[in-house]
Amino acid sequence: MKEGTGFRIYAIIYLVFLYAPIFLLPLFAFNDSTIIAFPLSGFTTNWFSELMTIPALHGAVQTSLIIAVSTSILATCLGTFAARAATRYDFPGKAPIMGFIMLPLVLPEIIVAVSLLVVLLGIGIQLSAWTVILGHVLICTPFAIAILNSAFQSLDRSLEEAARDLGENRWATFWLVTFPLIMPGIISSLLISFTISLDEFIIAFFLTGTDPTLPVYIWSQLRFPTKLPSIMALGTILVALSITLLMIAEYFRRKGIQRTGGKETGGFL
Amino acid sequence: MKPIIELRDVHKYYGEYHALRGISTDIRAGEFFSLLGPSGCGKTTLLRTIAGFEDVSQGTIHIDGNLMEGVPANRRPTNMVFQSYAIFPHLTVSENVGFGLRRDPRSKAEKARAVDEALEMVGLAGFGARAAHALSGGQRQRVALARALILKPKVLLLDEPLSALDKKLREQMQHELRHLQRHVGITFILVTHDQEEALIMSDRIAVMFEGGIAQLAPPQELYRRPVDRQVAEFIGVMNFLPATVSAPQGGEIACDVAGLGRVMIDAEQCPGGARPGEGSVGFRPETLTMLYEGEAAGEGGRGRVAEGMVAEVNYLGDMTYYAIRLDGIERPLTISMRNVVGRKVFEEGERARVAWDPGALVLFC
Repeated sequence: MKEGTGFRIYAIIYLVFLYAPIFLLPLFAFNDSTIIAFPLSGFTTNWFSELMTIPALHGAVQTSLIIAVSTSILATCLGTFAARAATRYDFPGKAPIMGFIMLPLVLPEIIVAVSLLVVLLGIGIQLSAWTVILGHVLICTPFAIAILNSAFQSLDRSLEEAARDLGENRWATFWLVTFPLIMPGIISSLLISFTISLDEFIIAFFLTGTDPTLPVYIWSQLRFPTKLPSIMALGTILVALSITLLMIAEYFRRKGIQRTGGKETGGFL
Repeated sequence: MKPIIELRDVHKYYGEYHALRGISTDIRAGEFFSLLGPSGCGKTTLLRTIAGFEDVSQGTIHIDGNLMEGVPANRRPTNMVFQSYAIFPHLTVSENVGFGLRRDPRSKAEKARAVDEALEMVGLAGFGARAAHALSGGQRQRVALARALILKPKVLLLDEPLSALDKKLREQMQHELRHLQRHVGITFILVTHDQEEALIMSDRIAVMFEGGIAQLAPPQELYRRPVDRQVAEFIGVMNFLPATVSAPQGGEIACDVAGLGRVMIDAEQCPGGARPGEGSVGFRPETLTMLYEGEAAGEGGRGRVAEGMVAEVNYLGDMTYYAIRLDGIERPLTISMRNVVGRKVFEEGERARVAWDPGALVLFC
């Protein structure tokens, strides 16, 4: 037996377990039967067209899009500030501060969600799309920082100094030099935050008001077995969308590193 | 004439680290001034405090008569060529060169002409439309120069601008930079760790060690009359022999040099100041001459002869470097001889006579 064969088999089984359910999603989305079971009974796109006829779903999609867009913009802005501070300046308490900002990355989401709910209710804030945005910004900002950190690190510091030296003030230097050069990082941060926010369930479930987000809506529909195939269709669309966005994000991140002549520092894909 | 830059007791601390330790000096308008020293000596820090990228912790900097305290880099009459060149990768060559003209009130056409002139001056005419990231190292350097000079600064700061180039290109750029400086008449301040580069290009050189200026002098004086052993060893090669120094008398100092005997030395040959006691004398490899059979030492009767044995031969083509162990001296001395047609190169183990001139000695006490 060749060396490592055991591990290779293990790795294949692992990947099958991880991804097989996702491949089942489109399979049943196109299956002409309300029952989610083999054998498949025929090809149909009915479930997709059925999606078009549910007003509640459209409302959920709209809510989710508003939340995801707002979240990605806010998280990317905050991430830009934090990443710039972390890579350009030394200040007292830098390590613990950065640690606290990155903490939601490893904290169980349910804990974040419950604590946010307790605090928001405690200070008497009405639950709405805005409270979901708040929670999503909290969990997306660490991702934005991670991406923008690598963008700032691969940016030669003397480029900013050169712009200053040639007569530009800090503000103009940022817009003329820094911003165009970290643009790929900003785009990939926007896309990743958008994807995370769009898919996120736990925080949205706890903090949403009367308008559910898309994942919350999907969860609520799981109680009705006849709706299941159209949920499969919806899931298929979401998976395709997520993968596309992540690929675009990674493409821009790599392009950015190439352009500024930096070294590959690892990414999400 | 009023100096273009006046540094007075400039200190810089990074936390506990004392990077600049009280620098006071004047830099003259229109000169090519070099800050020379090993890495970590504070030369780049000094340049950056002049550019306005670092604050001074103590002391003052005046540029063209104006106090620079609190004046940010974008409002100083200086421009810089960075070690990495800092060419904006998202702009074209023209956009890079014209970057500093954004706030210039001139018309677009006039600015475009200024950019073309600047490119022509550095030998890059016709390169304007190229993407900056597609340039070679030498071309980037020229773009960085054009970009800084187009603003007609009072002082151009160069932070190790040639260190990233290969040897041939570096030598070519040394001459071009020198010519350019003469041509535009702007004060250049060059930071370098390469002593040869500093000697070739500069009007005056400040040798820096550990945050202070050890010696500030024109190249010839620096090479021939270094003030201490550290400077002497950093600039070129120098042989040292221990010596016992007597008190100066009538402008002359009597020294007992190990292996060479008693030598009378001019006070001028002791730029660091003479103190009686134990010291050392130094001489450059080219001030020693290997004598061939029948040759006598030097003209004017000043030459003296020592005998020894060839310990090592390093043949470099135009030059040969010998290590000679003189009788009575333990450490071999380095001697450089120009290779002349019809003269043999000595071999290891041969006996040799060496002529030396007391006038070429430098005394360190």
